[in-house]
Amino acid sequence: MTAIEAAPTPRRGEVAEYDIRLIGLTKRFEDVVAVDGISLDVERGRFFALLGPSGCGKTTTLRMIGGFEEPTAGRIELGGVDVGGLPPYRRDVNTVFQSYALFPHLSIFENVAFGLRRRGVRGDELRRRVGEGLELVGLAGLERRKPRQLSGGQQQRIALARALVNRPRVLLLDEPLGALDLKLRKEMQLELKRIQHEVGITFVHVTHDQEEAMTMADRIVIMNEGRIEQVGTPSELYESPRTSFVAGFLGVSNLLPGTVVGDDRVRLADGTEVHVPREALAGRSGAVQIGVRPEKLRLGGGEVNTLAGVVSESAYIGVSTQYIVDTPAGAVTVYVQNDRRGAEGAAPGDRLTLGWSPDCTFVVDVQEDS
Amino acid sequence: MDVQGRSLTPRRLPLGTRPYALLAPGTAWLLLFFVVPMVYLAKMALSQGLFPLFRFDWAWSNFTDSVSAYRTQLVRSLEYAGIATAVALAISYPLAYWIAFRGGRWKNLLLLLVIAPFFVTYLIRTLAWETILSDGGLVVSILRDIHVLGPDGRLLATSAAVIAGITYNFLPFMVLPLYVSLEQIDPRLVEAAGDLYANRVVSFARVTLPLSLPGVFAGVLLTFIPAVGDFINAQLLGTPKQYMIGNVVQSQFLSLRNYPTAAALSFVLMGAILVLVLVFARALGTDRLTAGAAP
Repeated sequence: MTAIEAAPTPRRGEVAEYDIRLIGLTKRFEDVVAVDGISLDVERGRFFALLGPSGCGKTTTLRMIGGFEEPTAGRIELGGVDVGGLPPYRRDVNTVFQSYALFPHLSIFENVAFGLRRRGVRGDELRRRVGEGLELVGLAGLERRKPRQLSGGQQQRIALARALVNRPRVLLLDEPLGALDLKLRKEMQLELKRIQHEVGITFVHVTHDQEEAMTMADRIVIMNEGRIEQVGTPSELYESPRTSFVAGFLGVSNLLPGTVVGDDRVRLADGTEVHVPREALAGRSGAVQIGVRPEKLRLGGGEVNTLAGVVSESAYIGVSTQYIVDTPAGAVTVYVQNDRRGAEGAAPGDRLTLGWSPDCTFVVDVQEDS
Repeated sequence: MDVQGRSLTPRRLPLGTRPYALLAPGTAWLLLFFVVPMVYLAKMALSQGLFPLFRFDWAWSNFTDSVSAYRTQLVRSLEYAGIATAVALAISYPLAYWIAFRGGRWKNLLLLLVIAPFFVTYLIRTLAWETILSDGGLVVSILRDIHVLGPDGRLLATSAAVIAGITYNFLPFMVLPLYVSLEQIDPRLVEAAGDLYANRVVSFARVTLPLSLPGVFAGVLLTFIPAVGDFINAQLLGTPKQYMIGNVVQSQFLSLRNYPTAAALSFVLMGAILVLVLVFARALGTDRLTAGAAP
């Protein structure tokens, strides 16, 4: 439904509602292409994460939606209306900035009330809505303080309340948790998710932290070098990445080069043939890479796909033990769950067979630049 | 490091006295060149007699007498300085705003141009204005040609010339603090205002202007205070009809040798400035003056 090329399939006759549609959006800075013709549909009420390494164009995309940057080419629709050329103050979106950007000269009350006042909300209605906003982020009672009297985490919540009280069509979040320490960041991730459920507003969250995106978002857009690599739910992206970039960026994966030899078989570099799901191969031929996540591999055979190798390293982590196994097809990382006390593991130098199910195998194109 | 440090400075001051030791040179300077002259001046303001034999005898009448004698010049000083400060603010704010937000890589060059007049002595600059505004000068003849000035109209020796001279001479003192306070404003705050439905005008009025008030305050003080006491501009670009309190103090001190009147007038001027500054600070609100300073 969120796929870039596939046409959206409306359910039960109703037309799917998109809060944001990006169509061929491009942004060039002098001779650098920051965003390179991306198209994306964001359904109403979803929590989207734009995920990618720094410089991948995710923040530029967000700033174009907010109206802070003019696209070089392409269109942005908010709620079905083309917003090209509209300044930020005429767009029905609000942004939580990376540095929070709270007004230092205004009280917390006036910070939160800023957008409402611009829209003519006054008196009791204003007080009620600001109060609700502060309650939503758990900071009622701080109305008279100044931003600098609050901790980083509190400032972050105020920035969120200041944006949400306006009940925008879409809330844009530009790495809002980047400045918080790890513990607070984890707390805020769950908090943001709760708030999003509570208010039902569409969130678009920019982050470079894959764990953060997985925790919060129900749709992740993976970006790289100005393009969208893949869009999907966290589990879709993790279980069936479509490109080697996605496979590598989201978690750890073992990629082994091979050649397609049938409509569901691939021959690896050492001649071993492995089975892969027909739909994962998707009609590819010639050179490909197959991928298996480390926790999907078993020590010992008993599976459809097997590969012999020698353990080169092992590390006991507690919840699991991690092995690196050298095979003729390439080095492979294996996580074995320590689900029984004193489970007998393998030691470096041991010769063994790795097994995995074809269901757990994905296929990506050979990386061009490696 | 500690061992080394001790060997280099064998006699260390006790920890508690070190801050005072650091303050000592500044304190000594202030005592010698500020407190002592002020006490001397205060004594002089309450003295009587003729040069060089002045007697200290609590002569409070010096104050009332000098104020009533020179009320015109006193009021004129505040008026000229007030107008010059207002004009300087009106010119400097857009200039500083433009340099801070649109200057880009030309920022430093533009700032250099703002302070470039300082490379020439104050007196020479004012003399240059005398030439520019003189009756046979280009400015006057153009203004006469386009009938802004009458056929006998002049610029020199008018209030406008004196005020223009003061404005010009103190303009950099207004531009620099304004620039500093505007330059410190996080552009994200202006973006945030736009994001929260404020158009450019509202965003300026609610965010940029309040955050630049410390600069406005500093610039107004740095311009107004020296402008009130200025006498060069009135002397070179005006006539005795444009004389300010500075001219009076100067002539009382240097020509008439009437030290008590000159000293009393100096104190009156100081008092007037102090009161005006306090009123001004109160009007802007001390809270707002410090709000922008913290990150």
